[in-house]
Amino acid sequence: MRAPDAPGERVISTVLDPAVLTPLVVHTEAWINFDVGLLIDRFWANTINGLAYGSIYALVALGYTLVYGVLQLINFAHSEIFVIGVFGVYLTFLGLGFEPGALPNLPLAAIILDLILAGIVAMVVAGIAAVGLERVAYRPLRRRNAPRLAFLITAIGASFAIQQVIRIVRGSNPEGTIRLLPPSPVFTIFGAPVTNLQIVIILASIAMFVVADQFVNRSRLGRGIRAVAQDPATATLMGVNRERVIMITFLVGGVLAGVAALFYLMTIPQGAVYNGGFLLGIKAFTAAVLGGIGNLRGALLGGLILGVAENYGQSLFGGDWRDVVAFVLLVLVLMFRPTGILGESLARSRA
Amino acid sequence: MTDTKRSEAGPSVRARFAAVSHWWNGQSRPVQWAYMVPVVLFLLALPVLNPPIITTEPYTDFPISLFNAAVFALIAIGLNVVIGQAGLLDLGYVGFFAIGAYTAALLSSPDSELGVRYPWLVIVPIAMVVTMISGVILGTPTLRLRGDYLAIVTLGFGEIVRLLADNVDPLRGNRGFQNIARPGGEFPDGTPIFSQTDALGFYWLAVIIIVIVLLFMGNLERSRVGRAWIAVREDEDAAELSGVPTYRFKIWAFAIGAAVGGLSGTLFAAQVGYVNNQRFDVTTSILYLAAVVLGGQGNKVGVIVGAFLVSYIPDRFQFEPQYRFLVFGIALIVLMIFRPQGLLGMRQHLLTYGRQAYRKLFGAGAAVAPSGLSASSRARGDLPETTPDDHAGTSPRGGGE
Repeated sequence: MRAPDAPGERVISTVLDPAVLTPLVVHTEAWINFDVGLLIDRFWANTINGLAYGSIYALVALGYTLVYGVLQLINFAHSEIFVIGVFGVYLTFLGLGFEPGALPNLPLAAIILDLILAGIVAMVVAGIAAVGLERVAYRPLRRRNAPRLAFLITAIGASFAIQQVIRIVRGSNPEGTIRLLPPSPVFTIFGAPVTNLQIVIILASIAMFVVADQFVNRSRLGRGIRAVAQDPATATLMGVNRERVIMITFLVGGVLAGVAALFYLMTIPQGAVYNGGFLLGIKAFTAAVLGGIGNLRGALLGGLILGVAENYGQSLFGGDWRDVVAFVLLVLVLMFRPTGILGESLARSRA
Repeated sequence: MTDTKRSEAGPSVRARFAAVSHWWNGQSRPVQWAYMVPVVLFLLALPVLNPPIITTEPYTDFPISLFNAAVFALIAIGLNVVIGQAGLLDLGYVGFFAIGAYTAALLSSPDSELGVRYPWLVIVPIAMVVTMISGVILGTPTLRLRGDYLAIVTLGFGEIVRLLADNVDPLRGNRGFQNIARPGGEFPDGTPIFSQTDALGFYWLAVIIIVIVLLFMGNLERSRVGRAWIAVREDEDAAELSGVPTYRFKIWAFAIGAAVGGLSGTLFAAQVGYVNNQRFDVTTSILYLAAVVLGGQGNKVGVIVGAFLVSYIPDRFQFEPQYRFLVFGIALIVLMIFRPQGLLGMRQHLLTYGRQAYRKLFGAGAAVAPSGLSASSRARGDLPETTPDDHAGTSPRGGGE
């Protein structure tokens, strides 16, 4: 038990005593760095690596942005759609006979084929999951004209339900590492190596982005998406099938998340874990807000900026602070430019 | 569109419920409290009685299980201010709980670098002030934003608090703090009232704190602040146009909610006596949310019931923690679809206090006039039509299945 020797008055007077508070304020050990030298040293390496991470964020961010543009809903469960994609890739790897730990001894063409196959599986699985999520969780609410808060709460609930299902099926430990394509430097920029993985990821992400962008801006379905984003009631009157547009939106978001899942697992082979989507989801959402939520090009830009900024922050403050950088960036963006860099609205992006 | 369905759905049960709640709301507040006294006494006696079917033993110690439920209830009451009253979705509430617990640890544990050992009663107000300030710090930039951004920023906040506990050295990460102060006092036979092994004293303390907080919240609800919160929740723009300083009242909701979270954190830290970074992940916030939504947002008694269910059912029926998250995640979806008002509905009569006062002042004939609030909520389509003459608010929100 506590010693009975602390009379109340004296205690309260010492609460604000500076001598008591000093150890908290001037703590000199380095649990946080401010290492400008390292930041400058690793500037180019960080930039390239950040762009690769950033493209993954951007692909996931596209899903948030599309759904937000059409439904004005933060689809919290999108991160779990991404995780479903990750497990789609992983289980395909296992199904193809790859073992955790060992490097495959296969010709390059076969490995690339396997990767593409895994990617397709992930796209299909994540796309179906996204559409199913919309059916089960959001459509009944729309029918009932539920308030916005109800949508958010449902989204959170769905996110956790999916997460826990994965946990129950696959356990709570990360899956073993399967690395099909080891990163090897191809060339250097200002002394910073650029690996084959980074090239593939950045180029393929940009290609996927261009496809998505053209789909929304050029195709007939894309026009429907933009119309619903702009004014659902009028769009319905003009003959746009709103429910179908919403379904397509979720499908596209899910497919892009599936692609992101493949790249993610190629970059971080140990990343297949049931709750791996949480951080990535928040970061992708940050990316979407950063570029201007509802704006496809904003999502790409935001993702790339976030990926790079995070790496700079990691060098500057130390590895433990990497995730904090992303959150702080989110708060700062929302404070100073809540509409994001490129401005909001799917509808207004070149209608 | 659902009106026909509503009238079909079990009229007898609903009528009986409505009659009970009508009778209850007709009593004056002192009478209501008088009725509450035996209920509270029964709750206090519950761990001693240890009734056979209700008890969680032999799996879990019954007083400890009840204490955890009580802490959960306190958290839900605090979160209810933010979600139920003011309509702000806070997903980082566990952050405030953590700040409360860590404040207690820093100010009383011998492991703390502050080198002080304050008694628990001194820590409580300090912790509440600290969490209140952190609530204001979090709220100031974020409450200007649209509601859905708030959700994700608070989620980030909860995670930042956890990361700070992980990474900042004076907070000791995984090693944690031991021997956190607890209240003093002894039973006549010399055993301490508040001990780690026997949660009985702590449970009583928690129930008493809940009663005090409920008194405070009830008064707050019926004050100008409470009306402002409801106005913000129902329609923020309309509230602002009617002269309610919405931003300031949202910050108040955040700060008061945070303070209650901090209070529950200190209570928890005192009972367990040990705090480290493992207890505060954001998933816990979702259980809090589930408690509030399950019981009925905006209904103090409802959220207590919800918290009790969320905390007690896993203890009683022994399901694995992983299923706990799954079950309550699914519960959130199902509830939002089929019964968005929760098990006990929102206490609608709070909305109609103004009307009742008006009726008292100007007679029953004038009762139709100031019905702006309930009219606007009716327009949203989730309120049953009410004639001006019935007690307007006595039916639960949504009125049925």
